[in-house]
Amino acid sequence: MASLSQIPNQPGAMRVGIPRSLLYYKYLPFWKTFLAELGLEVETSPLTNKQILSWGVEVAENELCVPVKAFYGHCMALRGKVDALFVPRVVSVEEREYTCPKFLGLPDMVAAVADQLELPPLLTPKLNQREKPSEFKWQLINFARDEFGVGAMDAIAALETARLAQRRYQESLASGHKPLDLLPSSRLNRTRWKAPKGERKRIGLLGHPYNIYDGYITQNLVARLEEMGAELVVPEMTDHHVLMQAATDVPKQLYWSYEKEIMGAVNHWTENKMVDGVIYVLAFACGPDSLVQVLIEHRARVHKVPLMSLTIDEHSGEAGLVTRIEAFTDMLMRKKKTAEAVA
Amino acid sequence: MKISCPHMGHLHYMLEDLFERLDVEYVKPPVSTTKTLTIGAKHSPEFACLPLKINVGNFIEALDMGADTLIMAGGHGPCRFGYYGIVEERILRDLGYEFDFIMLEPFNDGKRDFYKTFKRLSPGLTIPRLYKILKASFAKGRAFDYVHKRSLQVRAYEVNRGDTTRALRQAEQLMALAYTPEEIEEAGREALALIDAVEQDPDRDVMKVAIVGEFFLLLEPFSNFGLEEILGHMGVYLERTVWVTDWIAPNRENKVYGFPKNFVEEKAEPYLSHNVGGEGRETIGGIVLMAERGFDGALQLLPFGCMPENIATSIIPKVQRDHDIPVLTLAFDEQTGRAGLVTRVEAFMDLLAARRGSRLALAGAAAATDKI
Repeated sequence: MASLSQIPNQPGAMRVGIPRSLLYYKYLPFWKTFLAELGLEVETSPLTNKQILSWGVEVAENELCVPVKAFYGHCMALRGKVDALFVPRVVSVEEREYTCPKFLGLPDMVAAVADQLELPPLLTPKLNQREKPSEFKWQLINFARDEFGVGAMDAIAALETARLAQRRYQESLASGHKPLDLLPSSRLNRTRWKAPKGERKRIGLLGHPYNIYDGYITQNLVARLEEMGAELVVPEMTDHHVLMQAATDVPKQLYWSYEKEIMGAVNHWTENKMVDGVIYVLAFACGPDSLVQVLIEHRARVHKVPLMSLTIDEHSGEAGLVTRIEAFTDMLMRKKKTAEAVA
Repeated sequence: MKISCPHMGHLHYMLEDLFERLDVEYVKPPVSTTKTLTIGAKHSPEFACLPLKINVGNFIEALDMGADTLIMAGGHGPCRFGYYGIVEERILRDLGYEFDFIMLEPFNDGKRDFYKTFKRLSPGLTIPRLYKILKASFAKGRAFDYVHKRSLQVRAYEVNRGDTTRALRQAEQLMALAYTPEEIEEAGREALALIDAVEQDPDRDVMKVAIVGEFFLLLEPFSNFGLEEILGHMGVYLERTVWVTDWIAPNRENKVYGFPKNFVEEKAEPYLSHNVGGEGRETIGGIVLMAERGFDGALQLLPFGCMPENIATSIIPKVQRDHDIPVLTLAFDEQTGRAGLVTRVEAFMDLLAARRGSRLALAGAAAATDKI
């Protein structure tokens, strides 16, 4: 697959910045390709680092979850580098569902501090598929016309190319690649060593991509687990429709799409015995996760799958995390050995 | 069938009335206390919002009293409230309780299901009859809201501290007994007269403060340590942006609050242009509106971690600057203590008084300069 960094940028064009946080991890290929096809130069903020997070923590309301705080920091990191910031209002990505309230209010939250922080102007297209999924297309066509004066035909062409890029990205994820391998990033978060195949434990890694794959926020969790001998199973490996179908096994349909994916994944994994254990990463004060957590923990208990909930925030320390995941992987190993001995 | 539902302000008077009309035995959970919250918090997820924890406590106490059916309102997001019921049911079942659980989804999400839910409670219920019942109970709820609203304004002027609260209790007893629509109307009038009869000092220079924020925190005095009374006794004239009957009313008129939803949303438009669930947009719109109406300040109440209110909190600094109105944000959870709250509110009131003084002084200086 062509790396995203190879999409040619046109010199002299308007530079648009995409903060490397939140939905970046889900939709970067789509957004980047779409904007590039419209003739814009696309710039992303660097990987989350100490400076970015402390900027965010300083500016953001203190009860917000850590990824949203990081988002503020990423916006600040793009100051002076771009002519506009791309902060879409992603209201809904599925019919009759929402994303998270924080994504609904994100452009307004950033706009409230834009003057004070001297942020570049914001581009905030509203993407809402709640009422009618086909409206998504028109929302983007109107956005291209209103902001850049791009005609409908050109916008549709850009949209199709972007869709293709997104589909290729998702196919790569489904075949086991991590967003870290596909998105422009540094080598820092990469796994350096893996255990031989037979000795690996299958660990389901559950949580929002913007937490799990942000190596700074979750302290390189992915690489650490793989180096401890885990064969990671992540929701993106399963077909989206399968997940959504599996997620219907709850008393009332969840109305947060991303939580529905998580719920679907845990249902699917436990149903098909795909994992030996599950690590559930949730950000402190994450609203939807705080409730879905109850259902997920219940599900794991009923199916007798060990589950560890790992709450993270900007104060999480490396040692605490390592101790906990080591204990968890050791426990899984011991369980496996005991089971083999009994057999 | 013994049905129960969590507490929320004076909602239980309305429920008592509703279940009586439906001919269902209603188990009123004991009034929420610290014990309720302790039990609830113990069994609820750590960073679920405060209302859920109090709900769970109410449910457990109701089940211990013999309730066998629990009812909870639903919703379609994106606020967490719409999924409360499912999570609460899971928590209670995991604790080993056995009960029937009913989710009452909003009327607009499915009219048939709405009717069916009530039919489950009262077999043989026809649609016209349900309409009549709901109308009567709703009228009663309205009466309670109007009387409560009046009490918030009168308390600031009362001569003898506590008179208004006593009159309010009396008024509530009076209204609780009313049954037919005529009786409810009559009781509502008498109750208002009772509040108005409180001895008042009309010349008192009172501070005008708006209470905005999350629904449950505004409605349930237990969750906010009776903040309305604390402020009223300091001589603060209060207006609240959220009322229970405004919320369940089928239209968007906000009759008790006095300003239609559309109007409030327009006020919020420059700052928060999209619905973010809960009362996020109403909070921002309410602050703008109250600032325009000359209020001295606003208090924002929210449960710790409330998503819509946190979005509002992030935007409030800009609203404060633009409209020159001080806003104090108060987040509540099971750790919040009364003393800390009172200290902060007192300090805020001092700030408002100082501001008003300096503003008066400024105006005086300007008038003096004009004369020269």
